[in-house]
Amino acid sequence: MAITLRPRATVPGSQVLAYGAARGDLDVPNDDLVGPIDSSDEWIRQRTGIVSRTRASAELGVADLAEKAAREAIETSGISPDEIDVVIVSTISFPYATPSLATLLAGKLGCPTAVAYDISAACAGFCYGIGQADALIRSGSARNVLVVGAEKLSDYVDPADRTISFLLGDGAGAAVVAASDVPKIGPTIWGGDGDSWSTIRMTGSITDFRDGSAAWPTMEQDGRTVFRWAVWHTAEIIRQLLDESGLTVEDIDVFVPHQANMRIVDELAKQLKLPESVTIARDIETTGNTSAASIPLATHRLIQEGTAKSGDVVVQIGFGAGLVYAGQVLILP
Amino acid sequence: MAHTEDEILAGLAEIVNEETGVEVADVQADKSFTDDLDIDSISMMTIVVNAEEKFEVRIPDEEVKNLVTVGDAVKYIAGAQA
Repeated sequence: MAITLRPRATVPGSQVLAYGAARGDLDVPNDDLVGPIDSSDEWIRQRTGIVSRTRASAELGVADLAEKAAREAIETSGISPDEIDVVIVSTISFPYATPSLATLLAGKLGCPTAVAYDISAACAGFCYGIGQADALIRSGSARNVLVVGAEKLSDYVDPADRTISFLLGDGAGAAVVAASDVPKIGPTIWGGDGDSWSTIRMTGSITDFRDGSAAWPTMEQDGRTVFRWAVWHTAEIIRQLLDESGLTVEDIDVFVPHQANMRIVDELAKQLKLPESVTIARDIETTGNTSAASIPLATHRLIQEGTAKSGDVVVQIGFGAGLVYAGQVLILP
Repeated sequence: MAHTEDEILAGLAEIVNEETGVEVADVQADKSFTDDLDIDSISMMTIVVNAEEKFEVRIPDEEVKNLVTVGDAVKYIAGAQA
């Protein structure tokens, strides 16, 4: 007789309980970066919308940023650290290939026995993490999940690179996700384009650097290709997200795209024909592009400023190196 | 149905005007996108994608840097739709 395995009890949905944020301690205006790229404050503002970016000083590591953001999210959520049973960290800048930043963080936060792992999905990483948290909770595999996007990208910039380095900032954003009687995180739409692996890339590998055949690896990108993909492909994904959640652009209160470049944010809003009433995250202006941290940082800021409030319908979408993308519609705590 | 070069120029001028505010009448075949019309690389990509939709052609990213003048773009689009 065939044996039937008993599945775990599932729950109807999940929700974000709270957010936390940590930005780099240094404010780096455009004028500090223009020399090596033979550029100007005006050139950077016009092409990126960035006025300054936050970067972390030498003594402030990516783990410190992650811990600060995570502590705020947990404290605000009202749950105890030992109730966190999964820690997911999205990062591309933790300087150890192993062990993970997630396990380090779990130990520091007081949930050392939690399931903990890092994901490498670059600027889509936070939304990958929220998608995993939602699926783990709904399937009964987790109760409370801490999702963190943390980056110290200033360790991987080339001051003379004109493609991406001057956009990048340091920071971490976190969210605590828990069960909900009604879904407050909609279906995740995610995917990638592995054929475009080298579109946003590092200049070399760590072993090439060790062997002396490459310089210290830094970030670079094919700007035109990325811009085209980020705007028109992402707009299509957002339409799918709304469709799957049974919503239209009129239902959106807050739009939080990955803060890659203000021109991408603006063009996305234009392509989607977002109504004037939609609050659009523009944290990039003073924070820069913080990859996996940008979406929770931008969301946290809007909540702090009071422009996003409890119950608001948020559309968030991450896209970046891989190429990879992921997004959700969610209801703010 | 294939568009004539004059139709492509007129359509392109509308797209450039919509994206940058440059007067339609100023978008002439001999004008350079960057030097005469002051269009940066990001606006250029927006123009390219809108032109792709309007004229139902594909303009690869590596081709965009060769489109120096408005006339270059008109000729490329005319050839691509054939």
